[in-house]
Amino acid sequence: MAEDEPMDMEGYLKLAKYPLIKHTDMLEEMRVEAVEQCVSAIEKFTTPEGETNLEKATQMIKEGMDKKFGGPWHIVIGEGFSFEITYEVRNLLYIFTGGTQACLLWK
Amino acid sequence: MPPKKPTKARGKKGQPTPEPEVEETEPEVTAPGHLDFEPPAREIVVPKEQLELTETELEEEITKMLTANNPTAPTNIARFNFKERTYKFEPMVDQLETHYRSDGYVLHRSSDDAKRQMELERMEAEAIAEFEKQLNAPKEDGEEAVDDSKQLRNQFNFSERAAQTQNNPMRDRYTSTEPPPTASFNASCTQWEIYDAYMEDQERQRLQKEIQKAKGKEKDNKKPEEEKKEKETVMHGSAMCKAVKVMERMVNQNSFSDIADDFKYWEDASDQFREGEGTLLPLWKFYNERAKRKHVTSICWNPEYHDLFAVGYGSFDFLKQSTGLICCYSLKNPSHPEYTFTTESGVMCLDFHPQHSSLLAVGLYDGTVMVYDVRNKVNRPIFSSSVKTGKHTDPVWQVCWQEEDMTKSLNFFSVSSDGRVTLWTMSKSELTYQDVMELKLVGNVRDADPDDETALGSLAGGCSFDFNKTSDHLFVVGTEEGNIHKCSKAYNSQYLETYKGHNMSVYTVKWNNQHPKVFLSASADWTVKLWDHTNAKPIMSFDLNNAVGDVAWAPYSSTVFAAVTSDGKVHVFDLNENKHEPMCEQKIVRKAKLTKITYNQKHPIILVGDDRGCVTSLKLSPNLRKTSGSPPDAEVEQDKLNKIMEVALKGEV
Repeated sequence: MAEDEPMDMEGYLKLAKYPLIKHTDMLEEMRVEAVEQCVSAIEKFTTPEGETNLEKATQMIKEGMDKKFGGPWHIVIGEGFSFEITYEVRNLLYIFTGGTQACLLWK
Repeated sequence: MPPKKPTKARGKKGQPTPEPEVEETEPEVTAPGHLDFEPPAREIVVPKEQLELTETELEEEITKMLTANNPTAPTNIARFNFKERTYKFEPMVDQLETHYRSDGYVLHRSSDDAKRQMELERMEAEAIAEFEKQLNAPKEDGEEAVDDSKQLRNQFNFSERAAQTQNNPMRDRYTSTEPPPTASFNASCTQWEIYDAYMEDQERQRLQKEIQKAKGKEKDNKKPEEEKKEKETVMHGSAMCKAVKVMERMVNQNSFSDIADDFKYWEDASDQFREGEGTLLPLWKFYNERAKRKHVTSICWNPEYHDLFAVGYGSFDFLKQSTGLICCYSLKNPSHPEYTFTTESGVMCLDFHPQHSSLLAVGLYDGTVMVYDVRNKVNRPIFSSSVKTGKHTDPVWQVCWQEEDMTKSLNFFSVSSDGRVTLWTMSKSELTYQDVMELKLVGNVRDADPDDETALGSLAGGCSFDFNKTSDHLFVVGTEEGNIHKCSKAYNSQYLETYKGHNMSVYTVKWNNQHPKVFLSASADWTVKLWDHTNAKPIMSFDLNNAVGDVAWAPYSSTVFAAVTSDGKVHVFDLNENKHEPMCEQKIVRKAKLTKITYNQKHPIILVGDDRGCVTSLKLSPNLRKTSGSPPDAEVEQDKLNKIMEVALKGEV
């Protein structure tokens, strides 16, 4: 870590382009699908300047997840928040995307 | 209608006068100026149309006649008369004229209609009377009528009637499913945390790559090392195997605990009360699926480990030869052999080396002799004879280890149907047969027995042999035609003696364990014979009523031996007890033939093999193992046998 510390912001963003799964208990199949949904939604509603339309992105993810797996899904996307949730087991995903956004999905 | 009658009426002019008179009253009434009490004044009013007649005219009398003729009726009706063929006036014309008519409703009393009407009236009256009577009658009855009236709620005597089906009672039922399992999760996320997470992930990825690289290098550079590791794991497996083996024995010990108890402690108590009889108690059965349908051709105890024995499987049937099998069983594990070896041809005989107990000599049906080292556990003999090294051309019936020779090399004898008794010596790499001692029966047979030569061709097929326990150069050979020859290693050219007694193949010859002069022979001609090698004739003969497969001396007594026959029986003799009858004659297997028998050197058990591939262990009851003392005194035992033989010889003489 120490050697990565002095890295500037741009370098970091370049490096952190992939989605990083922070915590999940989903099964493989669902996980892959959910991550894909998140990434594509956030990408779609992010302007070239880096502004993200969070509302629309969450809506899209929710609709996609509801359609795919059923049940009421709850989505939170943001740059900084904290939470305590109760979720149905095997239906939780907490990932970081693009180095700045955290995305939380649960049922 | 009253008929119109012609009437004469006189009309006078004065007749219309009343009319004027009436007219006259009217003006009286209308005259206002007169008093009411005055009599009405007559005033005549003449209508304007009235003719004004003169006096004369008024006086004139006018006669009016009323006739019955209809003035409007035609008077001149003429009709054509067909009879007279002329028109004729109708003399009669209808003069009737109706001015008014009205039908009456009055009937004449005596007319039919009236009668009918009266009748109807009468009936009606009767009916009414009857009805009245009925109505009045219940009233007169009293109470009933009163009640009835009370019950009637209304004048229409209306009663309501309704039916209703029963409704099933309602019931509620609830079930609730288990809610899906939930869990709670909390975390917080800030830019710093996200940043840290990515950095950590980067670090991990880098490390993984490094590890992979390292692994790749290892694979390239250190393949042999890995192989070694693999071998180590196999070694580990073998250690595991050993543990499993111990476990297996423990399980077997548990499952066969009753048999083990019998083996160790059970003695047939009834033996104390009967003389000259004994029993055999079946213990374990040794059977292997691979030995199915193979004959047990030989059994041999290991001289060092008294619980270990080898069983050779093959076939005595010339037509049904198959591959051979050697199984080494331990009494400690009856369920599965400790070692197994397979051979191309059926195994006919085997022998453990008395000193090097892991060496096993094997003779096969195709004439090959082999030596296995049991310890090796590989399915390959350490020595094997080949055509080049002078293997037998016919089945090898018996092999027997010898003492080490001068050069300390191991050697053994074999006997085969091709008429040779051969000495095999194990040198470093191969088995040689033309070493120090070479003995061919061919020459011997020819020279010593010219009669047989003409009868049988050139060779006598050897079936069995045995070396004398004390003078090890001396041995006897049983042959297929029934003769037994005494030979010596020293003279390979001729027989020392030929014993003629058997008519069929001699399957087994066995020297007595204690007495150096006595040997037994078992033959397919149903007999077991006892010989003194100094005597050309058998001393004793025992007819067992079936082909005798094998015979064996007991190691503990000079007078006890056991034989097996092809009807599945084991016969145990103790000559000291009974010279003619067996001590025990017991059927061991039902449908199989017994082929081999052998005594254990230490324990009071025997093994018998049958032609179904099954080996049965039997425990001898106390009566069957009477001994002069342990260890058996050789001299005493010899004396015992000598005495018996003397008696037998005397009896013959």
